[in-house]
Amino acid sequence: MEFLFGRLTLGALPHEWFTIGGTVFMTLAMIGVVAFLTRMKLWKWLWHDWLTSIDPKKIGIMYFIVAALMLVRGGLDAGMIWLQQVMGASSGGYLSAQHFQEIFTAHGVIMVFFVTMGFLFGFMNYIIPLQIGARDLASPFLNTLGFWLYVAGAILINMFFVFGGEFAAAGWLSIAPLSGLEYSPGVGMDYWIWSLQISGIGTTLGGINFIMTILKMRAPGMTLMRMPIFTWASLCSMVMVVIVFPLLTATVALLNLDRLLGMHFFTTTAGGNAMMYTNLIWMWGHPEVYILMIPALGVYSEVVATFSGKRLAGYTSTVIALNAIAIISLFVWLHHFFTMGSGANVNAVFGISTMIIAIPTAVQLFNWVFTMRKGRIRFDTPMLWFLGFVFTFSVGGMTGVLLAVPPADFQLHNSLFLVAHFHTMVIGGALFGIFAGFSYWFPKFTGIKLNERLGKYAFWFWIIGFWVSFGPLYILGLMGAPRRLERYDSVTGWQPLFVVSLIGFGIICIGTAFLVAQIIVSIKNRKKYADLTGDPWDGRTLEWSTSSPPPFYNFAVIPEVKNRDAFWEMKKEGKRIKSKYEDFEMPKGTATGIYIAIFAFFFGFAMIWHIFWLAIACALGIVAFIIFRTFYENTEYEMKAAEVEKVERMR
Amino acid sequence: MNIKIKIGLALLFFVELFYFGLIFLSDLNFQLLNPQGSIARQQRDLGMLVIGILLVVAIPLIGAMYWFAYKYRAGNKKAIYKPDTRHSKFTELVWWLIPAVFIFILAIITWNKTHALDPYKPLESSVPPVRIQAIALNWKWLFLYPDYNIATVNFIQFPQDTPVNFEITADAPMNSFWIPALSGQIYAMSGMSTKLHLIADNTGDYRGQAGEINGRGFSGMKFIARASSREEFENWVGEVRRSLKTLDENEYSTLSKPSENNSVTHYSSYEQNLYNKIMMKYVVPDGEKKMEEM
Repeated sequence: MEFLFGRLTLGALPHEWFTIGGTVFMTLAMIGVVAFLTRMKLWKWLWHDWLTSIDPKKIGIMYFIVAALMLVRGGLDAGMIWLQQVMGASSGGYLSAQHFQEIFTAHGVIMVFFVTMGFLFGFMNYIIPLQIGARDLASPFLNTLGFWLYVAGAILINMFFVFGGEFAAAGWLSIAPLSGLEYSPGVGMDYWIWSLQISGIGTTLGGINFIMTILKMRAPGMTLMRMPIFTWASLCSMVMVVIVFPLLTATVALLNLDRLLGMHFFTTTAGGNAMMYTNLIWMWGHPEVYILMIPALGVYSEVVATFSGKRLAGYTSTVIALNAIAIISLFVWLHHFFTMGSGANVNAVFGISTMIIAIPTAVQLFNWVFTMRKGRIRFDTPMLWFLGFVFTFSVGGMTGVLLAVPPADFQLHNSLFLVAHFHTMVIGGALFGIFAGFSYWFPKFTGIKLNERLGKYAFWFWIIGFWVSFGPLYILGLMGAPRRLERYDSVTGWQPLFVVSLIGFGIICIGTAFLVAQIIVSIKNRKKYADLTGDPWDGRTLEWSTSSPPPFYNFAVIPEVKNRDAFWEMKKEGKRIKSKYEDFEMPKGTATGIYIAIFAFFFGFAMIWHIFWLAIACALGIVAFIIFRTFYENTEYEMKAAEVEKVERMR
Repeated sequence: MNIKIKIGLALLFFVELFYFGLIFLSDLNFQLLNPQGSIARQQRDLGMLVIGILLVVAIPLIGAMYWFAYKYRAGNKKAIYKPDTRHSKFTELVWWLIPAVFIFILAIITWNKTHALDPYKPLESSVPPVRIQAIALNWKWLFLYPDYNIATVNFIQFPQDTPVNFEITADAPMNSFWIPALSGQIYAMSGMSTKLHLIADNTGDYRGQAGEINGRGFSGMKFIARASSREEFENWVGEVRRSLKTLDENEYSTLSKPSENNSVTHYSSYEQNLYNKIMMKYVVPDGEKKMEEM
């Protein structure tokens, strides 16, 4: 039995209310979806048009769907954390310490890896080929493989609901030695390890692919310094992915060796060094938050220029600033543990290197301010998100510089002030950027403009909700409240602030409901909100030059670029792209990515439960499929000019 | 915007404001803003200074942003519209220089203050310091007073206006030792000895706690740091010395096993060299045995 099932015994299966609830809910949802698809006879359509598609636009949409689902999961976790902290005064509450710690671990991992990263990859998939005037990515196969590995990781992290055991409870970065075998013997940490490994490899592949695409696939005439800022930002971000994600993979692999084979990289005994884990994981972890932030900065630059109807002020400065942020952020990781006692020299150097990032960031703000000056500003939803972001981000930036001063950090580290700070950055920076980008590009995705009124409600509820919920956390931090407490003495006087914070979460939820309603209402009334021009915002970059949604080949004729803001200049000259069609090649759809991801999923699953025969079988399966794929020769098909013409006429 | 929604939002806002007001009237205990010791006070002052300097740049910049957003709104036909404005290299250079100057100033402050407030640096005082060794266990704090040969769990007492020198280690996962009212935190790590120096200006009971997540009993891992007069401190030491419990090897091995929400315990004496022994356990393989042989 042990050979067959490893650690997976009947006793491990779900038996607590939340895991059973999760299992029941997921099973019902699954049955519902399967029944719906069968009834509507949609299986074939789903498989051919979506799952095996290598069209980056479709993969982008699928990224959005998965990321949105994970956002619901992460949001539920957030609500549970808040509720427990409200109830936690003088040892009350409904969660055990273990369960509470599992929840905040899951919340962090899911929000960073599967929500924010998912949305960003979604945008990059959809928008980058359009912005650089390409028909596809450099390697369509790597792209689907990366996406499906991301999905495999996302499913794996939710699998403990079904197969039980427990989830990791050592914080989102699983700091050693707490994450080692000695202090976390259960399978929870292995769920964390394997979902990160699998999705992390997917991210690395995506990073390589986007770098290749941006460097090699640009339309004729689009030099690097004519690229749209979002593309530049994505390039910076992806270069960082390729630099630091291998570090994550290696670090987590070492942790896994400790746990699986009893090695001593990060243990406290036998010569292991737990501090090394903290170092390595933050060498990846700090750049990671900038990987999330930089593409969002790119989105804002696009939004500001478009809605001010004006050229982005200081294009060169912006490009230099983005690159500077990317590079400097590789050299600041130690500010996450000034309190480890590295000594004043080391701390001061890393504190100052952190502050230096504030310079290019401030330059970005200057660029936006001067873009708006003498512009003609329209306050559509994307612009509102931008204006909300500016305030939030500035507060986050200032608290960030404060945290970079080591003596101040000694007091604020591990406090709720820190929690408030990074939520200000990730929500106010990255997530608002995602919302801005979503409402900006939604007409491009669907050919439907979003209902503006609901979008504005969503914005106001979000921004007010955000400050009502995270303002109190800043205050709590100044009261010396540490993070991650599920119970505290009522004499501390923290409870009322947690209550305010929970109210804020409620307001955020209403905002989210408006976002969902906005999408539903807009799609329902798609005739009314239809955008037939392909250019609803008077856009500046190439993605607006094609129809909405774009044909699967993006551009019937590859545009020739002569300036920055290529489409804006074309409109000014009054010349539309000439319509002399030529033959070109398009990649064929493939299911290989899905098969490899399925094997990877079961490999991860088997490793978690120590079912080694299955792990070996799956590893062989993965290798076999990769070799098999390399022998594929006709991965592309020819698109004839006549066919293109036919498609174009029908539009 | 729909008038009903507007009213609803406004109401919500005022309810919030009211609630916030109530909280502030019921005096909040801002431990970081009302420090009780010189180290914590300097840390607070530094933080305030940094925020102050940052606001000098941020307020005009953000203000300009919202002012321009208002002034150049599409509805304002009087505003100038120049879609193709180009900025000279010089203007762009200024955008870089302004933040650079401020960060340069902050960098100098940071360098100096990081050295001045290095937690490893002993405090200058005419009074001889009290030495305390803190050991993070699962899930309680053990404190040793090497000069008095007494030990306590989850409670420390020391005289006011007297420097307290902490040596900190762990016999459990990595942790963080933190008394917010008196000083910032420093990590407690097995096989390592970190240092922290602080001083209390006023008498009182201050909340001390574990800062770094370390497992199930994390929330309950707190202690009281009591600053008292010299006389009360001496009395307290006498009291602890009269305690019936002693921290011998057996007692320590029981104590170091995981337990949650431990109450305050006093030990009239402890095994000599306990702190070093705990350290050595992690420094070399079989460190414990080797220490015994020595």
